[in-house]
Amino acid sequence: MTAYQKPVPAPDADSAPFWRGCREHRLLLQQCKGCGKFRFPAAQFCPACRSDAAEWLEASGRGTVYSWIVVVHPVPGDIYRDDVPYAVALVDLEEGVRMPTNIIGCDPRYIRAGMAVTVTFDDVSAELTLPKFRPA
Amino acid sequence: MWTLGDKYAIAGVGFTDYSKRSGRTVQSLAVEACGKAAADAGLAIADVDGIISFHFNDSVPAMSVATGLGLPNARYAIDYQSGGNSANLIIQTAVAAIEAGMATSVLCYRAMNGRSGFRLGGGRELAAHGITQYTAPFGWITYPQAMAMWCRRHMIEYGTTSEQLGTVAVTCRRNAALNERAMQREPITLEDHQNSRMIVEPFHLLDICLESDGACAVLVTSAERARDLRHRPVYIKGAAYGGGPVQGDDLFDAMRWPDHSRNYAHYIADDLWRSAGVGPADIDVAEIYDCFTYSVVMQLEGLGFCKPGEGGDFVQDGRIDRDGALPINTHGGLLSEAYIHGLNHVVEAVEQLRGDAGERQIPGAEIALTTAGAMTCGGAMVLRN
Repeated sequence: MTAYQKPVPAPDADSAPFWRGCREHRLLLQQCKGCGKFRFPAAQFCPACRSDAAEWLEASGRGTVYSWIVVVHPVPGDIYRDDVPYAVALVDLEEGVRMPTNIIGCDPRYIRAGMAVTVTFDDVSAELTLPKFRPA
Repeated sequence: MWTLGDKYAIAGVGFTDYSKRSGRTVQSLAVEACGKAAADAGLAIADVDGIISFHFNDSVPAMSVATGLGLPNARYAIDYQSGGNSANLIIQTAVAAIEAGMATSVLCYRAMNGRSGFRLGGGRELAAHGITQYTAPFGWITYPQAMAMWCRRHMIEYGTTSEQLGTVAVTCRRNAALNERAMQREPITLEDHQNSRMIVEPFHLLDICLESDGACAVLVTSAERARDLRHRPVYIKGAAYGGGPVQGDDLFDAMRWPDHSRNYAHYIADDLWRSAGVGPADIDVAEIYDCFTYSVVMQLEGLGFCKPGEGGDFVQDGRIDRDGALPINTHGGLLSEAYIHGLNHVVEAVEQLRGDAGERQIPGAEIALTTAGAMTCGGAMVLRN
C-alpha cells in the first residue's frame, strides 16, 4: 500500500484533542467555561473572554453550507489530479462555529448555500481521519 | 487615523522589466528598481537613509538591498512578513519613520521572481502546521482557492455573476494594451473571459492575476524636501490600514471572518476618507488591488463607491473605463500589467498624477486612490498632485 501523499495536519498542543476525536469518529469542539461560547479552531484562550478554562464536547455534526468552491485545476497537480473536481466548503455548525471541509457524496453541481449537511468521517490513512460533510 | 495629510510625498518611482523569467537574482531586480526610484527623484543614493519591503520569504531583505545599493547610512531598514495587504502600508510606515526622525528619505520596494522562482501557494509541505492544518488537508491550498470562497459568498448574497466580474478583466486588459511595461497586452472580450478554462469555481483563468518576475519601488520623503527635487511631488493626502475584528491567523485564514461578502475595505473606509478630507466622488483615477476580478468589486463597495451588492452593476456600462466616471487600473493592474503585489499600482498612480502616463494618461487627474488587499486586512491611500 502506498503512503498517504496529501497534506496532513500536524496536531499541536491546542489541536491534538480535535484530531484524536476525528480518529474516533467524534467531532469535538472546545466550549469555553468562562462565557459558554464554542470555539474553532482550537486555542488555549477564548478569543471572546480570554478564559483558558474549556472542555471538549462532541458536536452534533449538523450544519449548513456557508460558501463553497469547486477545485477544477489541481494544485499541486501530482497530488490532486485524480480528485478533481472536488468541493471545499465552509460549513456553519449548529454550535455556532464555521469549519472548512469537503462536501462528499454529492455532485458538486448540486451544492447550494444553506444546504443542510452532516459530518462523515473519512479514514484517509491508517493514522488520519478527516471530518468531511455530506448532504443531510 | 492618519493625520499627516500632505506633509509627505512620493518623489520618485522605479521599476524593472516585468517578465515570466527574469534570469536574474531577486536582489539585482530590487537594486535596479530602487536605484531608478532614487534617480527619478533626483536624489543622490547617499541621501537615502531608509528602505522597507514586504514579502513571504520570496524576496531579499531590505538590509541586503541597502547593501547592494551602497547606502552609506541605512538608519531604517525593515521587512514586513506579509502580502499585498502591505503594499500601501509600507509607504505609510515609511512616512511614520520619517515623522519620528528615524530617517529622511525611504525607498519602498517589492521584488520577486514570482513566476520563475518561488510561486505563491506552490511551496507547501505535506505537514500542515498551525492554521493550515485545518485547510490544506481538505485540498484548500492556493490563493485562488481561498478567494473563490469569498467571491462565491458575494454571489450568494447579491446574485453577482461571472459575466459582471469579466468586465473587470476586460477593462484591465484594454488599459494594458496602452502600457509598454504590461505583460499581457492582447485585448480580450467578455466571451474570452467566459471561455477561459475553469480553475476553481467560480473563477475562470481570466479572473486570476498574473505571476511575475520583477521589482518596483517608490521614494518617500517630506513634502518640503520633495518640492526641491526633480518632479512635482505627489502628496499623500490620506491613508488607512486595517481590517475587521477577526483578521485570522495568516493571510489565507478567514474561517472566523463574519461576512465573506465584504472585505477589509469596509472597515477602513471611514478612516481613509476622513483622513483625506475627500470622498469617493472626488477620485479621478483609482488603482485598485486586483489579484482577482471580484476583489475590485468588493473594494468598490467597501470604500463606498456604490452600496454593498451593487458592485457587479457598478463596473458595467463603461463606468470603470478610462473615459468613464471612475477609471480604474489604468496600467492594467495585477490582472494584466504584472503581479508586483500592488506596489505597481502606486507607481501608476504617481505617473498619472504627474501627467507622465503617456498614452495611458487620464486627462486632468488630480486625485488618485490606491488600494492594497483583498481579504481580511489591507490598506489604501489618497494621493494628489
